[in-house]
Amino acid sequence: MPAAGLELSALRRCYGAVRALDGLELALAPGELVALLGPSGCGKTTALRIVAGFERPDAGAVRLDGADITPLSAAKRDMGMVFQSYSLFPHLTAAQNVAFGLRLRKTAAPARAARAEELLELVGIGGHGARYPHQLSGGQQQRVALARALAIRPKVLLLDEPLSALDAQVRLQLRDEIRRVQLDLGITTLFVTHDQEEALSIADRVAVMRSGRLEQCAAPAQLYQRPATAFVAQFVGTMNRVRGTMVDTDLVEVAGHRLPVDGERPVPGTKVEVLLRPEAVGLEAVPARAAADPAVGTVRTATFLGAITRIAVVLEDGTQVKADLPSHRASEFPAAGRARLVPAARPVLVIEP
Amino acid sequence: MAVTTDPPLAGAVDPAPTRRGLRRPRALGAWAAVAPLLVYCALFLGLPTWALLYEAVRRTDPATGVTSFTARNIAESWSGFYLTAMWGSLRLSLLTALICAVVGLMTAHTIAQSRGRMLRQAVLTASGVLANFGGIPLAFCFIAAAGTAGEATGLIRRIDPGFALDTFTGLVLVYPYFLIPLMVLTTMPALEGLRPQWREAAAGLGGSAWDYWRHVGGPILLPTLLGGFVLCFGSSFAAYATAQALAGGTVPLITLRIASVLSGNVLAGQENLGMAMSLDTIFICALMMAVYLPLRARSARWLDS
Ligand SMILES: Nc1ncnc2c1ncn2[C@@H]1O[C@H](COP(=O)(O)OP(=O)(O)O)[C@@H](O)[C@H]1O
Ligand SMILES: [Mg+2]
Repeated sequence: MPAAGLELSALRRCYGAVRALDGLELALAPGELVALLGPSGCGKTTALRIVAGFERPDAGAVRLDGADITPLSAAKRDMGMVFQSYSLFPHLTAAQNVAFGLRLRKTAAPARAARAEELLELVGIGGHGARYPHQLSGGQQQRVALARALAIRPKVLLLDEPLSALDAQVRLQLRDEIRRVQLDLGITTLFVTHDQEEALSIADRVAVMRSGRLEQCAAPAQLYQRPATAFVAQFVGTMNRVRGTMVDTDLVEVAGHRLPVDGERPVPGTKVEVLLRPEAVGLEAVPARAAADPAVGTVRTATFLGAITRIAVVLEDGTQVKADLPSHRASEFPAAGRARLVPAARPVLVIEP
Repeated sequence: MAVTTDPPLAGAVDPAPTRRGLRRPRALGAWAAVAPLLVYCALFLGLPTWALLYEAVRRTDPATGVTSFTARNIAESWSGFYLTAMWGSLRLSLLTALICAVVGLMTAHTIAQSRGRMLRQAVLTASGVLANFGGIPLAFCFIAAAGTAGEATGLIRRIDPGFALDTFTGLVLVYPYFLIPLMVLTTMPALEGLRPQWREAAAGLGGSAWDYWRHVGGPILLPTLLGGFVLCFGSSFAAYATAQALAGGTVPLITLRIASVLSGNVLAGQENLGMAMSLDTIFICALMMAVYLPLRARSARWLDS
């Protein structure tokens, strides 16, 4: 089946006074995996449930290949849904769970069984078909849930935090498997998560949500390197916040360096916080008895991460800054030693505190 | 107890041996804790049952005074007058259990669906009390309401002119008073254990509400439903005080028959026959439990996993 495009337009949904969705816009190209990322309570589940048809929007529309499917019930949408946990039918075996949708479609029993086996194979648990859900681990249960959702050849696959109930190791493994299966089938997929690392590693594009709205939707690398807003910058990846001052309409002074400002530009003279990635912060060793300098701090910890070492420095005013250095340079910065920040000369985002 | 180490902590150090080391004292401790109950059961349940069994198969010839062991008492308890009582009990239990299973399930479903926590709490508490409300107090309440001079009697007689409380129909009306709460109590956990994801998963896979109940909700609830039915049946079958107070000698029921035989009301020297009937009753209740317990275990596994 050729993959379908999915479009969420101007979706609104209120629960009493709570605005769960406040004009959400999002478009998925056919075959694309988009991760819907945002803090807890920002409306991700609500958005997904509206797409699935379990929930009605107050306003706005959901379109599948251009056709408005907003009035359709969940049963008529042909979407595969994977829930966070405990969604398998407990009285059916894994194979019967996978075949459930086909049984409703009156597929003949032998064809059903064959398809169930094929899908269990695809998600990596062939041979477990006769087991009941309570005889499977959490990770295996989620694999069965994925197979069950895919068995009906849905036009769109929807996953709501499918990994968040699993152990860290299983989570990583299953994340890669989900991506592999998705690429194999070329199915349009919306993957909800609150874990930014998960979103960046699995998705073609990441849609960052905040308070029921879309903040930015971009490829992982772009989201990381060129965040559109301070919210996205802080939510995605590790970010330092260092005090600085606007010295010109598009220049900020931080730690004695002048850097060009991206995004919003407060008027000159404003005290701001400058957002710096750890890899955009260099360090310089300084003698212990140097003169007082707001850009100089004390080395607290060094975390070895392989090729790089992340060094945490605490400035005079108590601000903690993390800097990533090549590991061979780490020995220049022993714990309790002194170091000066050297921000890389590239555009930065600033926020007014 | 001396050996209550925090298990996860102990397990983290050295899982396998610690676990083996802990299991035995812990099991011992558990046995020690239930020992008083076991002794109590043995004394006040096991011993009487044994005595009952012994008496049920013993017969003393009134003429010669010779005692012998025989199946005659039991055979007699399944014949004539006594068989009628057994039938009466079975019919009454079956009918009330059916009514209560249906009404109780609908009540429990309505409450499980409703959002009011207060309502739910109130109904559960009331059910807990009412399920144990029987005997003379219940009979008195009903006599006051629907007895010969009762407030509700006139109303009921408009539907059934021959209605009286001390009849089979009367008992069918009274028993649900404690059996419906019993059904609510047994089915409520299962109904609340039905996860909304199951309904949504079924819908997402193309199923209607009917498909959901037919293929998911129904099969998952079935063991609990049958279990509740069996429990109501057993409860109704074994009820004595309510029936005695309401319908003393007029409705043939096995429990009433046992009582009258044991108290020597009918003929002296028939205690052994009474014992035989009691044994029959125990047998039927045990049968019910044998059906109920595996059913409950099965649905518990589904609903808790
Ligand atoms: N059924 C509901 N009734 C009332 N409020 C709800 C309901 N579902 C969600 N909400 C509210 O809507 C907001 C968004 O919820 P949700 O979509 O579940 O967020 P997320 O999945 O991003 O954590 C939250 O504030 C939540 O409390
Ligand atoms: Mg959610």
